[in-house]
Amino acid sequence: MTNDPNDNFMKQEFTITVYTENQVGLLNRIAIMFSRRKINIDSLNTSPSEIPGIHRFNIVVDETEEVVRKVARQIEKQVDVLKVYFSTNEEIIWQEMALFKVPTDEIAEKVKVERLLREHGARAVVIRKDYTVFETTGHREETDGLMKALEPYGLIEFVRSARVAIIKGSHSFHERLREFEALEPSEETAENEFLNEGEKVFSM
Amino acid sequence: MEQTIAIPKSEKHQNGAAPAQPKTAVVSGSVAVLDALLAEGTETIFGYPGGAIMPIYDALYDYSDKLRHILVRHEQGGIHAAQGYARASGKVGVVFATSGPGATNLVTGLADAQIDSTPLVCITGQVFAHLLGTDAFQETDVINITTPVTKWNYQVTDAREIPQVLAKAFFIARSGRPGPVLVDISKNAQLQTFDYEGYVSCNHIRSYRPKPIVRKEYIEQAAVLINRAERPFVLFGQGVILGNAEAEFQAFIEKSGIPAAWTILGAGAIPTDHPLNVGMLGMHGNYGPNVLTNKCDVLIAIGMRFDDRVTGRLDKYAKQAKVIHLDIDPAEIDKNVKADVPVWGDCKETLPMLTALVSPKKHDDWVAKFREHDAQEQVAVIENELHPTSDILTMGEVVNLLNELTGGDAIIVSDVGQHQMVACRYAKLNQTRSNITSGGLGTMGFGLPATIGAKVGQPDRTVIGIIGDGGFQMTLQELGVIQQYGVGVKIVILNNQFLGMVRQWQELFHERRYSFTDMVTPDFVKLADAYGIPGQRVCERDFLKNAIQTMLDAPGAYLLEVMVGKENNVFPMVPQGCGVAEIRLK
Repeated sequence: MTNDPNDNFMKQEFTITVYTENQVGLLNRIAIMFSRRKINIDSLNTSPSEIPGIHRFNIVVDETEEVVRKVARQIEKQVDVLKVYFSTNEEIIWQEMALFKVPTDEIAEKVKVERLLREHGARAVVIRKDYTVFETTGHREETDGLMKALEPYGLIEFVRSARVAIIKGSHSFHERLREFEALEPSEETAENEFLNEGEKVFSM
Repeated sequence: MEQTIAIPKSEKHQNGAAPAQPKTAVVSGSVAVLDALLAEGTETIFGYPGGAIMPIYDALYDYSDKLRHILVRHEQGGIHAAQGYARASGKVGVVFATSGPGATNLVTGLADAQIDSTPLVCITGQVFAHLLGTDAFQETDVINITTPVTKWNYQVTDAREIPQVLAKAFFIARSGRPGPVLVDISKNAQLQTFDYEGYVSCNHIRSYRPKPIVRKEYIEQAAVLINRAERPFVLFGQGVILGNAEAEFQAFIEKSGIPAAWTILGAGAIPTDHPLNVGMLGMHGNYGPNVLTNKCDVLIAIGMRFDDRVTGRLDKYAKQAKVIHLDIDPAEIDKNVKADVPVWGDCKETLPMLTALVSPKKHDDWVAKFREHDAQEQVAVIENELHPTSDILTMGEVVNLLNELTGGDAIIVSDVGQHQMVACRYAKLNQTRSNITSGGLGTMGFGLPATIGAKVGQPDRTVIGIIGDGGFQMTLQELGVIQQYGVGVKIVILNNQFLGMVRQWQELFHERRYSFTDMVTPDFVKLADAYGIPGQRVCERDFLKNAIQTMLDAPGAYLLEVMVGKENNVFPMVPQGCGVAEIRLK
């Protein structure tokens, strides 16, 4: 990312990571935070997280940082959402998986195709007389590249998964969760928990 | 039918101050609902029965000595009444409605409560769980319809979930930044019996932090800015009232000597005649607060969210000022106006910390600037509005007489439009929770039911609903509630025979093309009479004061219709798309 102060107002890809309780209807509650601002979701993945019982969404949008920050805060305030992070592509490791269905004849007969698949690190998942399904993972440009390359050879079907991403700089969310649980008020501090604690008021 | 319980195990529900003795009894889901309401201190329910909520109503029959149910005439009236009740009393408003149309009729009220942070728990009946998704009679996907307009919602299909879900519902509705919660309960869950172990209230949800943690460094930075400021200016909103922080707020402005102006939902948090109360913000607010927003050096926003009706054009809004923003909702910070110092937290907690760090000061010259602007507004607008010389009655003179005859002790509820702006601008408010209006959503039809709800919530106070002829006709069926329950509300219809605010915009911005704003009105006094409510119409000034006195003296409800000028306008006005300093006095 450049140091251009206008970056805040320029659209770019952001990956939003949302940790949530596993609750019916939450996907809708999160999705409408984008649709109400007419933001298109480029990719959406929901999966379990590293913590049992806690779900993790990866959402990719093309937006300005300013808007993404506001949306992230509005998602985080939803009752069943624990935490929201947003990251630029430089700040994450990510992968997408793609499946390609190609006529088996073509691969068998054309050396070029076989080499193409090997170059792209594609693996055969299913081989049948009539077709073969290959799988590859990578960034979008990589899977798109293979799709384009295979098109002349009778690509029958193509599908790509949502993005899954790991944040490079993050601490374990486990720590964060402990923080949440530690802040559970006891009976005595439920009311005015800060005022009654003098100097501790200011501890983070 | 077996269903799984979807409550996360990690949620801890703890006993409140008086822990209920664990007891086991076999009860129905419906009884568990009513038991939960009693345990949460509910006294009043606004509701309307129907097929899918009949088991709960059947159980309610045996609870009528403990729970007061008010049968409204339309579910929208029910939810607005609950809003008025919650806003006047500070308690959670409770609404019952049936599935399908009953539930969809709540949507406007939910949206209104969501944007105005009003604590509500709405319970809707739903079709049997095995019919969900089959387009059953009166089935509608209430959870998905209401998701954008609720703080939280949940569908119960197993009675065993009811105690925990309602505990959560009340906790979420009233804590942090309050808001509406909807719990949709399928009919089988209402009928199902289960081993009930008693009600345990909820005060913690792992994924939900009602109050952000207060950060010392920001309080200190805010205090430094305030202590250095020469022209500091406080803007306050409903956050002060919702946080029960009126005393803390007053202590803060009195010690720091800072003039303070209010949003329409913040009105009344300090008395109208407090020497540091400099008036109303926004499109139809006072002249000084708008103009001087762009002259102050430090702007301190407390429990308000910089609505576009307050800020006008953002790129012309307080650009010269350092902004300190105190709010309980972190999503409000930087949403519309960038804060130089964000003070996250409940202002009941943050204000005393800030007060402790600010130096005692007086800003007499600066406060005098507001009074100078007041004098200009007085001449250009207020004098004519409150003491008109022409024969045509004004809305302002009605409000002014109400002030005089109630002394400012009444709760003023308004609907939406010109009369709302006039009521908010001129009503004298001696105490908090006295100005109830639909601020964020601008819901016409809010006024009459909210007036009823406010009176039910504060039966010992005089409650006056100031309502336009247009908005009144949107929910006038609720007159039936006044009749049936003898709710002693005072209704003032300010009738200009127009949809006045739209007409004003048509006059000013659409070359007087009065497109469908001319409205024929029925005989409101006769209408009131049909419901057994006394009333009268006033067309001349000579009779106005006596008529208002008669209304106030009436032992119960009363309807007063005042025929006001057809084409009067509300000024000052910040035209849409203009900066606050471009406010027009005429």
